Amino acid sequence: MEYVVIAYLCLAILLYFLLGGADFGAGIVELFTSRKNRNRTRETMHHTIGPVWEANHMWLIIAIVILFVGFPRIYSVMSVYLHIPLVVLLLGIIARGTAFVFRHYDAVVDDMQILYNRIFVYSSFVTPLFLGIIAGSVLAGKIDLQAQDFMSAYIYSWLHYFSIAVGFFTVALCGFLAAVYLVGEATERRDKDRFIRKAISMNVAAVICGALVFLAASIEDVPLVQWIFGSVISLTAVIAATLSLVLLWYWLSQGKAKKVRVLAGFQVTMILLAVGYPHFPDFLMVQGGQNLSLLQHQAPVGTMVALGWALLLGSLLILPALFYLFYSFQKKAPGYLH
Amino acid sequence: MDDFLAARSQMALSLGFHIIYACIGMVMPFFMAVSHYRWLKTDDDNFKNITKAWSKGVAIFFATGAVSGTMLSFELGLLWPNFMEHAGPVFGMPFSLEGTAFFIEAIALGFFLYGWDRFNRWFHWFTGVVVGISGLASGILVVSANAWMNSPAGFDVQNGEFVNVDPMAAMFNEAWFTQALHMTLAAFAATGFAVAGVHAFMIMRKQNVAFHARAFKIAASFGAVAALLQPLSGDLSAKDVAVRQPAKLAAMEAHFHTEASAPLIIGGLPDEANKKVDYAIKLPGMLSFLVHGNFTGVVEGLDKIPAEELPPVTVTHFAFQIMVGIGMFLVLVSLLYFGTLWRKKSWLNNRLFLWLFIIATPLGFLAVEAGWVVTEVGRQPWIIYGIMRTSDAVTPMPGIAYSFYLFTAIYVSLSVLVIFLLYRQIKMVPVLYDAKKESQIPS
Ligand code: HDD
Ligand code: HEM
Ligand code: HEM
Repeated sequence: MEYVVIAYLCLAILLYFLLGGADFGAGIVELFTSRKNRNRTRETMHHTIGPVWEANHMWLIIAIVILFVGFPRIYSVMSVYLHIPLVVLLLGIIARGTAFVFRHYDAVVDDMQILYNRIFVYSSFVTPLFLGIIAGSVLAGKIDLQAQDFMSAYIYSWLHYFSIAVGFFTVALCGFLAAVYLVGEATERRDKDRFIRKAISMNVAAVICGALVFLAASIEDVPLVQWIFGSVISLTAVIAATLSLVLLWYWLSQGKAKKVRVLAGFQVTMILLAVGYPHFPDFLMVQGGQNLSLLQHQAPVGTMVALGWALLLGSLLILPALFYLFYSFQKKAPGYLH
Repeated sequence: MDDFLAARSQMALSLGFHIIYACIGMVMPFFMAVSHYRWLKTDDDNFKNITKAWSKGVAIFFATGAVSGTMLSFELGLLWPNFMEHAGPVFGMPFSLEGTAFFIEAIALGFFLYGWDRFNRWFHWFTGVVVGISGLASGILVVSANAWMNSPAGFDVQNGEFVNVDPMAAMFNEAWFTQALHMTLAAFAATGFAVAGVHAFMIMRKQNVAFHARAFKIAASFGAVAALLQPLSGDLSAKDVAVRQPAKLAAMEAHFHTEASAPLIIGGLPDEANKKVDYAIKLPGMLSFLVHGNFTGVVEGLDKIPAEELPPVTVTHFAFQIMVGIGMFLVLVSLLYFGTLWRKKSWLNNRLFLWLFIIATPLGFLAVEAGWVVTEVGRQPWIIYGIMRTSDAVTPMPGIAYSFYLFTAIYVSLSVLVIFLLYRQIKMVPVLYDAKKESQIPS
């Protein structure tokens, strides 16, 4: 049963990255859109993410619940040593979620909108940045369980070149996912072209940040290169992601929205697979190599069995409904009113 | 502020904030479903407008509820890592089921809010009902997790480790039913009276009376039924607490000395040093009656509790008095409401009658907060009753005070914003939903 639970954990992280990421990315795209086009971007965005944003963010909650029920030691170590970035992440989540809804549901449209918009776009940037920083810190192995002083326990555990590079890489990927997603949603030619250009520049930014991640890994002695080149699966995944870039650019230039969307999802999945797979079952890297493994630090059997069943039964209810939600709001209905 | 106190305050603040949105998220969908149903059945457009106006308010509350809930699932670890490390696998079952309930709720909400005129009308109505049912389910589940902290079950402790874990037994612990019942009723009572109060105010201002009168009735009826049942369920809770947490009961009642024919103490200033209550009204034998069903039974007092296990008496006692006082007031208002519906319809526009409801607007939520203070502060010094102390659970990270100030600032500004937005929603009702202008609104 532990493998079922682990599979769901991976799935929740992946889907949060793809769906929640695209969601954050929409704000990033808005941030990097010239003032005169912002309103149009905003409009397209509201139609596409309005109905699904709450559901998209549920994947984060599922991942957290799986961690604290199934792998409590990992959850508690992360909560202690990554306290500060987690708090920033939370502030970002609050600011973003509320600003998004407030700007839409404020009955009076006035200067308050400017405030909501500012909060929305900046928090859309900061939140994935810190999500990336947390992901980077989980991998970097800088957490020192024996640390005695404040700085090494609570600051250097997450503040280093590697995590920051991963942070910016995450931001670029989110922006890329969102731009690609919006291409398919734009109703007018000029919006579509705009989103295509955005997607390409975000993609370039992601490639550059990706290179920086490798650079930072070598500065910080994170064995990223060994992980990726030491495992056939990772290597294949990286090669697949890189090769598909060519295809992606070609399809983008043709404006093939659906295909590009699938491909972008594929690339991000490959990237996560490439970095996630080689150190499985180790999940949280700590100094001195006493990494916290999902298999060694799982909850007692009774809990894992119950959790596994809860997840399996839950998904029987959730997945069909979720597909229907996405499907229904894909069809652009004329009578859009709420 | 010391870090331990800061951590407790931050937890209390976050939960106290979240519970308001959670209550509204659980209950409003039912109000909307009723009004939506009436619209589908009668074609009275007022009901459609009420549903839409409410759903906009609810969207604001939902978003705030969802983000504050997300914060909580992190905060449990950020503030109480040692508690979560041990308790997570035991009391996690309701949380994992709750994940499913939230997910369904979020999906159904997407359909409901964005589905006007897109789907079959009854399918659309049904998605609204699903929002309510799954919200209620998540509320009950999370309260069952909290009940486990009051009445731990489903594991054994060996050398500080929790073994023989049985997540099902933990979920269905002894306290879950009374707590979940009482909390569900509380959510209906608090939200019902809050919403009714706002509409009562608008009726008094003679604005869009057709709209507000219908809305008022739906909300007041739900609230009044719940408020009438609340003391019965509260009595069950109290009997339950007497058995499983005598220290909490004694603190609630400021009952310092174990005695037979124990009096019920109403009001008063507990004097913890001299173990007496000044200026209180004492009803002889009533406490024994409430706990045992007879006037002579022995009720354990605080003197039976070791000093290092005493909960804060004053806070618990005051909070309990506030909750029960408000409960009684709401019962009276509810009786008056049903009497009015039955015999004196004209009172529905009476200023005094409306004023009662306006006064009651914040009271239900005040009682909810007070009730949680009773439950949580009355459990101290334990985080898991009799098993783990709160002070052993707190994070080792220093500087939590700053995090507490930060979160306080956030919650205060969010509350101000939400109130501001709600005010603007209500202000716009005449513009958006005035029956005379109805023809101009596309539907
Ligand atoms: C509208 C809100 C409201 C009202 C009017 C009342 N309560 Fe309450 N009470 C709650 C809202 C609440 C609550 C917030 O929902 C609590 C906190 C934890 C819980 O399960 O319910 C609670 C807890 C709570 C507890 C502690 C349970 C525990 O620790 O396990 C007791 C003994 C009572 N209540 C008793 C009463 C009585 C005798 C009332 C008589 C009128 C009453 N309550 C009215
Ligand atoms: C929403 C309703 C709730 C409110 C308003 C509430 C209120 C409070 C308050 C006032 C405290 C501080 C007690 C003190 O400092 O003496 C507290 C502590 C705490 N509560 Fe609750 N509580 C609620 C529900 C829950 C639930 C559902 C859980 C978990 C499943 C929970 C977990 C905790 C924890 C872990 C603490 C910290 C330890 C402690 O001080 O007892 N609470 N809460
Ligand atoms: C007695 C206490 C609580 C009750 C009755 C309650 C109930 C609810 C309800 C009904 C909702 C959905 C409505 C809405 O979105 O506004 C909600 C949201 C949420 N709650 Fe609570 N809750 C309580 C405490 C907690 C605690 C202690 C946690 C964390 C461990 C938590 C985590 C969440 C999360 C993550 C959400 C967001 C789900 C979403 O996106 O819809 N809640 N809560």
